[in-house]
Amino acid sequence: MRRVKIINGNESAALGAKLCRVQVVAAYPITPQSKIPETLAQYVESGELKAEFIRVESEHSALTVCISASTVGARVFTATAANGLAYMHEQLHWAAGARLPIILALANRGLGAPWTIFNDMQDSIAQRDTGWMQVYCRDNQEILDSIIMGYRIAEQISVPMMVCFDGFILSHTVVPVEIPEQSEVDAFLPPYVPHLQATGGEPININPVVLAEPRANASGERCPSYMGFRMRLQEALAGAGETILEVGRAFGRAFGRDYSYFVSEDRCEDADIVLLTMGSLANEATVAADSLRERGCKAGAVAIRVFRPFPSDPLRRALARVKHVVIFDKNISYGNEGATCTETKAALFDGGLHPLVTNYIVGLGGKNVTAVDLTAATLKAVETQTHPAQPQWLGVAV
Amino acid sequence: MTKNKDHCISACATPVRGEAGRTGDWRAERPVIVLSKCTPSKTKKASCYLCWLYCPEGAITRSIPVEIDLTYCKGCGICAAECPTKAIRMEPEDQFFATECPAPETEMRKRRRTSKKGSEGKGK
Repeated sequence: MRRVKIINGNESAALGAKLCRVQVVAAYPITPQSKIPETLAQYVESGELKAEFIRVESEHSALTVCISASTVGARVFTATAANGLAYMHEQLHWAAGARLPIILALANRGLGAPWTIFNDMQDSIAQRDTGWMQVYCRDNQEILDSIIMGYRIAEQISVPMMVCFDGFILSHTVVPVEIPEQSEVDAFLPPYVPHLQATGGEPININPVVLAEPRANASGERCPSYMGFRMRLQEALAGAGETILEVGRAFGRAFGRDYSYFVSEDRCEDADIVLLTMGSLANEATVAADSLRERGCKAGAVAIRVFRPFPSDPLRRALARVKHVVIFDKNISYGNEGATCTETKAALFDGGLHPLVTNYIVGLGGKNVTAVDLTAATLKAVETQTHPAQPQWLGVAV
Repeated sequence: MTKNKDHCISACATPVRGEAGRTGDWRAERPVIVLSKCTPSKTKKASCYLCWLYCPEGAITRSIPVEIDLTYCKGCGICAAECPTKAIRMEPEDQFFATECPAPETEMRKRRRTSKKGSEGKGK
């Protein structure tokens, strides 16, 4: 029988990092994730975790420290939210371009202005094109599990990963989380071997200017051009699916919780209408699907767990026979619609599928979204039966 | 020592001669050194070498006579500006083209040269 602790999402993330024996932690406090570096600082201070805890003056520096430490072979960890992640933006590109397997825990929070400290996904969605993998957790157990799996995946393919979870909804809510033994995690997660081993001696220039055409270096090896490196990063992310499934399956064998899926599906086998969500909202969507079925509406719930790489194939499979998809986005690409809506529609188009699609923008800046809200919104979408030209704003009077 | 598991994953360079490529072809102006005016070359004594000191590319040799490696010299002109005896002057690169870069024989020219007399200009 494994140990179960009643903890919040932040503690779950910190515990996950500790179990992975991270060697360098650099993070800057920002609500709602401050508890993560605080907890890790405590572990380091008490000697429970043998790591360098580096205090920095900003998120930009936090990620820069992680980039440097990861380059020379340390397993590194950072955490942030909202404007902190936006401040990391430049270094997010750098970390992915340098192909460093950094894990970043992100407590999703809305961006200012105006200020909000509460939850939505605008922060991480705005960083979707930085070359990082993005996983969205539906509960506190998934946070811990995703971090442990995250290192194994990221280190295997040399791509960093954001483990995203809803601020406050998960970060500050205590629920039971099963904690694996240290020995089990050690057996699951091999030590980190960087793809570039700097062992001292001759100086090297890491990530220098690269020209537009491939060129032979001084030792005669043909080195990729700038576009060549970009193409390899895309190949790594596009091909990450196999590794994600394999590690998710291995995690299931080791710890009893299988993650060999990109999207979770509830009651989808015979569904005419599907509620599509991401993150903790998946729980409300499942309840809403049940309640819709009680009213004679054959509903199912699909939740995107892995957003980057984007699970086009699994989504096409899940939505192949569905007549109507109602997509709830906790983000908006201004002037267009929610990001998961755009991307899901693109996936369906490529598969020649044309269900009716309704997009709701929900829960921005911590606006509460209940299963009742999702049920009512779905019923309204069923009633209108048209492709709305604009996304609908759920529960916004002013 | 550094060992790259796969040098195609991320970019990496070692600071050795030629790592950045043959940068000499970036040059628009060429430094031409007049050895009779150059202090170490003229006196046959190791002295001055301000050009060697200031060259940002390490393309000048601290030798007698002083030598400029045109394979890597980018033609910035710092050596010419720093030389106290004005022994180095910058010359436009295009004047060396004719002697150093004869136009390669193109397929068209080759065909024209080897083709039979009288076939040219027909069929127009």
